[in-house]
Amino acid sequence: MSFLNNVITGISLGSIYAIIALGYTMVYGIAKMLNFAHGDVIMVGAYVCFFATGSFGLHPVVGVLLAMVVCTVLGVVIEGLAYKPLRQAPSLAVLITAIGISWFLQNSAQILWGAAPKVFTPVVSGGLSLFGGQLNISYVTILTVVSCLVIMAVLSAFIGKGKMGKAMRACSEDKGAAQLMGINVNSTISMTFAIGSALAAIAGVLMCSAYPTLMPTTGSLPGIKAFTAAVFGGIGSVPGAFVGGLLLGIIEIFAKAYISTDLSDAIVFLALIVVLLVKPSGLLGKYVPEKV
Amino acid sequence: MALLQVNDIHVYYGSIHAVKGVSFEVNQGEVVTLIGANGAGKSTVLNTVSGLLHPRMGSVEFEGHDLKGVAPHKVVSHGLAQVPEGRRIFLQMSVEENLEMGAFTQDRSTIAPGIADVYERFPRLKERRRQIAGTLSGGEQQMLAMGRALMSKPKLLMLDEPSMGLAPILVEQIFDIIKELHAAGTTILLVEQNAQAALAVADRAYVMETGTITLSGTGAELMASDQVQKAYLGG
Repeated sequence: MSFLNNVITGISLGSIYAIIALGYTMVYGIAKMLNFAHGDVIMVGAYVCFFATGSFGLHPVVGVLLAMVVCTVLGVVIEGLAYKPLRQAPSLAVLITAIGISWFLQNSAQILWGAAPKVFTPVVSGGLSLFGGQLNISYVTILTVVSCLVIMAVLSAFIGKGKMGKAMRACSEDKGAAQLMGINVNSTISMTFAIGSALAAIAGVLMCSAYPTLMPTTGSLPGIKAFTAAVFGGIGSVPGAFVGGLLLGIIEIFAKAYISTDLSDAIVFLALIVVLLVKPSGLLGKYVPEKV
Repeated sequence: MALLQVNDIHVYYGSIHAVKGVSFEVNQGEVVTLIGANGAGKSTVLNTVSGLLHPRMGSVEFEGHDLKGVAPHKVVSHGLAQVPEGRRIFLQMSVEENLEMGAFTQDRSTIAPGIADVYERFPRLKERRRQIAGTLSGGEQQMLAMGRALMSKPKLLMLDEPSMGLAPILVEQIFDIIKELHAAGTTILLVEQNAQAALAVADRAYVMETGTITLSGTGAELMASDQVQKAYLGG
């Protein structure tokens, strides 16, 4: 039963990584930049939900929705103020700016809310106990996995069939040609940041519900791991983020359970290196040759 | 009044003066071609008309409206569509999705009939409608790029080097399509290095050299001109 428990914990953690990885991969796909501040948006979302439900006594659903609204606005503002002016700049300048924004968010959180960890109250409590108590699944786990599946399904349908979703794919391939079609590239990029940041808020709440320590640096390591998941699955690919996130979560939990807790992160990154050596574009990364 | 009126435009890339005072016009129903060697500034002129580049001096007027300050994604709603150099279709999207993108500014109800029209003109595209565009041959990709531009129901269709990189038989096919579109009443601005083929289909033509127009006339006049014969037609 402990094996099954580990699988479930791994899928749950992997679902959180997958939701975060979607933000990285969509932004990379369309703006060709690595938004290293994405992890810190998760942290902001968790704080918003924490204060909304804890200090103001709002219903958790309202808390999550509020976190999504705040993060969406935050994501769009960050893009407009920090990244948009650098659209023509070398990618290194954009990368450094993203790291700067990440630090700015962490330090602002520290000033506003203090460095001391807060204990996050899970948005749902309790769980299922199966096989006479041998297999325990918390409702947070169920909610996390279900949320991830719903998000993936909705997002895939939107990108696959929706008019704006197709416009996003067009922009991700060729911004100049997209403009010639009449697509507003700037607002499409803004929309991508909005979606990614709203998902970050959900991920923040789910993550802090499962691992309830909340502090200004809470988002940074999961952010980096989710970025790894995005690369693992093939950066720019939405199904890749899903597969990469789930695999990363399972590998991490298995490494912790059967090899070594201390080495688990090293093992996760080793798996990434092996995948990239064998398939440099990631598991589901695409390479389409141009024909003449 | 001309459909498209370009007045003395000067376009720079940083400090490089790429287009040095170019003026020309395209009238309703005409096929006008800009010919000239690589680097003469032909594509720069097209991209300026499309709003992707901005003239430092001069103006672009379409149906009497100055396009100054019109965002590039808004230009297509005015009725200008460009088939860019190198085709630039969306390689990872299906043929049909590419056509849908061409109709991005159009009302949803016009998309299906528009696609049907394109398939009628390019039956090959219909056969491959579900295929990813990156798997098409070069000639098919050029047809897709033209079909995609036609989806916006343009009043002026601008083609940038449609014959580039294609086998001679396909070049012939592409120019046949241009003739058909012309016969159907489409106004076309054609940029080409293949002067012979371009002059053969054009009502009027302009020759560009290092950022200026050095010669203009009807297609037949330029075809007969000594200067054009020597420089572009190997005469």
